[in-house]
Amino acid sequence: MEKEQFYYDNKIVKMFLWATILWGIVGMLVGLTVALLFVYPGLLEFAGADNAISWLSFGRLRPLHTNAVIFAFVGNGIFLGVYYSTQRLLKARMFNDVLSRIHFWGWQAIIVAAAITLPLGFTSTKEYAELEWPIDIAVVLIWVIFGINLIGTILKRRQRHIYVAIWFYIATVVTIAVLYIFNNLELPVTAFKSYSVYAGVQDAMVQWWYGHNAVAFFLTTPILGLMYYFVPKVANRPVYSYRLSIIHFWTLIFLYIWAGPHHLLYTALPEWAQNLGTVFSVMLIFPSWGGMINGLLTLRGAWDKVREDPVLKFFVVAITGYGMATFEGPMLSFKNVNAIGHYTDWIVGHVHIGALAWNGFMIAGIVYWLATKLWKTELYSTKLANIHFWIGTLGILFYAIPLYVAGFTQAFMWKQFNPDGTLVYGNFLETVTQVIPMYAMRAIGGTLYLTGFILLAYNVIKTAKAGSTVEDELAEAMPLKKISGQRIAGEGWHTWLERRTVLFTILTTVAILIGGLVEIVPLILVKSNIPTISSVKPYTPLELEGRDIYMREGCNNCHSQMIRPFRSEVERYGEYSKAGEFVYDHPFLWGSRRTGPDVHRIGGKYNDNWHFNHMLDPRSTSPGSIMPRYSWIIKDNLNASDIEAKMRGLVKLGVPYSEEEIKNAKQSILAQAKKIENNLRQDPEFVKNYGNSNIQNKEIVALIAYLQRLGTDIKASNKTALK
Amino acid sequence: MEVVYITIGVSIVVAILFFIAFIKSVKSGQYEDTYTPSVRMLFDDELVSEKKRKNKVNIKINNLNN
Repeated sequence: MEKEQFYYDNKIVKMFLWATILWGIVGMLVGLTVALLFVYPGLLEFAGADNAISWLSFGRLRPLHTNAVIFAFVGNGIFLGVYYSTQRLLKARMFNDVLSRIHFWGWQAIIVAAAITLPLGFTSTKEYAELEWPIDIAVVLIWVIFGINLIGTILKRRQRHIYVAIWFYIATVVTIAVLYIFNNLELPVTAFKSYSVYAGVQDAMVQWWYGHNAVAFFLTTPILGLMYYFVPKVANRPVYSYRLSIIHFWTLIFLYIWAGPHHLLYTALPEWAQNLGTVFSVMLIFPSWGGMINGLLTLRGAWDKVREDPVLKFFVVAITGYGMATFEGPMLSFKNVNAIGHYTDWIVGHVHIGALAWNGFMIAGIVYWLATKLWKTELYSTKLANIHFWIGTLGILFYAIPLYVAGFTQAFMWKQFNPDGTLVYGNFLETVTQVIPMYAMRAIGGTLYLTGFILLAYNVIKTAKAGSTVEDELAEAMPLKKISGQRIAGEGWHTWLERRTVLFTILTTVAILIGGLVEIVPLILVKSNIPTISSVKPYTPLELEGRDIYMREGCNNCHSQMIRPFRSEVERYGEYSKAGEFVYDHPFLWGSRRTGPDVHRIGGKYNDNWHFNHMLDPRSTSPGSIMPRYSWIIKDNLNASDIEAKMRGLVKLGVPYSEEEIKNAKQSILAQAKKIENNLRQDPEFVKNYGNSNIQNKEIVALIAYLQRLGTDIKASNKTALK
Repeated sequence: MEVVYITIGVSIVVAILFFIAFIKSVKSGQYEDTYTPSVRMLFDDELVSEKKRKNKVNIKINNLNN
């Protein structure tokens, strides 16, 4: 057998490297911006207080930040490491250069599309899956292309044994594709508007089944794969225990899939599902810590190198951060701990230990090391990399610790009772103003971290300028001996056609699958839309429009709609939330943070004028509030032209609107809006400011209608003793 | 809660796929040797460019001369 000579594709790796750096800075910059909005709510009111800019409001920027750092920064970082290590571990160039390029440019195009649509308010509101349906389809297609490229490379490998890192990559590709498709099943009603095919509790279940697995299979398994390649490479030591890495891999992927419900403890999700999620989440500590130990002990006998090499420093803090976060995760899954942590900023701190330390530092280390490899030169400045390491680490501490303090502060203030049975902090705002200093410290931590990352960008640009520009590296390896049953890609036109067919088949399957699922899933689920609470009715057309505005503005980023069955919450908000109340909620809007109070029972709590003033200037009704102003909702006319399409879509999903109701939707909107306008005119102050100007056509009226409806349905049946 | 048919169903399918992959990988001898792979990946197979090779030879000759 002759040795074969072939070239590694370094160009694609370089492209992903620059994309990682660019989107890292962008994503963190948006993150810093939203962090500052907690401290200075008026920061982005460039056009004056009464002309708030819709696409710069917190509710729209927060999903932009999460999507940018997860899919743009970490996503490109994953591809960077995967494209470099896969080729070398399998001793083969990537399966197809064209697919590599489509993958790269397609992914960047998706990011740009997200950066445009999210601030414009196109959102499906499901956390980390906010992108609307056309972009969702693009994501799936590009992901499948990535998958084909990876599997194709595995098929034409020159190394029989598949190193553990590759196993992690395979698990990532397969699982993310499946999860993404199922959580993003939505029924398009217009070009950029869709409704989740699931409702209420079911939607919540699918969302967090996806949401936790996004953490598992997008932010953990691929990064672990990178850890198993780059840490040994940089330390020039074999991994501590290859056997442990195998056990780590299989146990981790088997357990992770089941942990989703721990995001829904004490909610209206059935108890058994909560307990199932808890059990698996607690078990998860074993594989996770196995991985951490394996990563850190790889450096046994090489700790002197850690002193010299900034890359290893980054890796050590990253792996330690992984260990911290995966200790915290199982702890937070215990229901009694979760009762404290859920809805507080502790969760935000927890997430950022994973994001800043585990993901961010792992990728930073990889970028530094690859810069020297790709440009065949020394790093421009090791000293600068060390400075980045230290201010980055400081940034992580300044980010996380204040938020832990904030989280416990919030939780205990929310729960504290006076001896006479009233809440000590009956006004929710007190619990917000109390933690503003922590928010300020968090913003300082973020600033430090971002500064460090900008140093990385400068360092890598300088390194690239000084280095050589070899695009492809020559390598040689023995080809694999043919074994029957092992398909190895040949070079004939026939196999080429075969491959094309495979590609074509896969793409068609994906298309059919998505289309079919959108049809089939509602069929399965519509049965369960039979309300268990007879007084729960679908939203009126105006309320539906109001709900869409609520979603567009991302209110669910700060307000939950899920009152847990705790004495303190029932006392503060009212009757705890029941599963049967959400049967018409496509999508569910339970939220996962409480920067503002829960709104599930807000209907009827305040009059319409209060809501009107609250949206115009939150500080006027709630002194010290950090909520954004929503002056455009008061200025803009409600566009209800799609209401019939929306209602027809919901009918397909099992919401019982009659044909007559759909026909009369526009009149119904007018009538209900007129009522609200009349209510608003009860206030002499309002009449003085707005005179006879038309308010009933404005978006604010729809939003008020929705808010006044929230949580009121069961009050009717409360008299007949709710069981 | 009909949705659990979907979530659990899909999760089981994925888990079964993983399980099949696991069995196949064990059967095909992926895990016969749990030491060599960890060392093998440390070796670079990029061809050393001509220049560097000459340098190494020169160094060797120098060392011999000393």
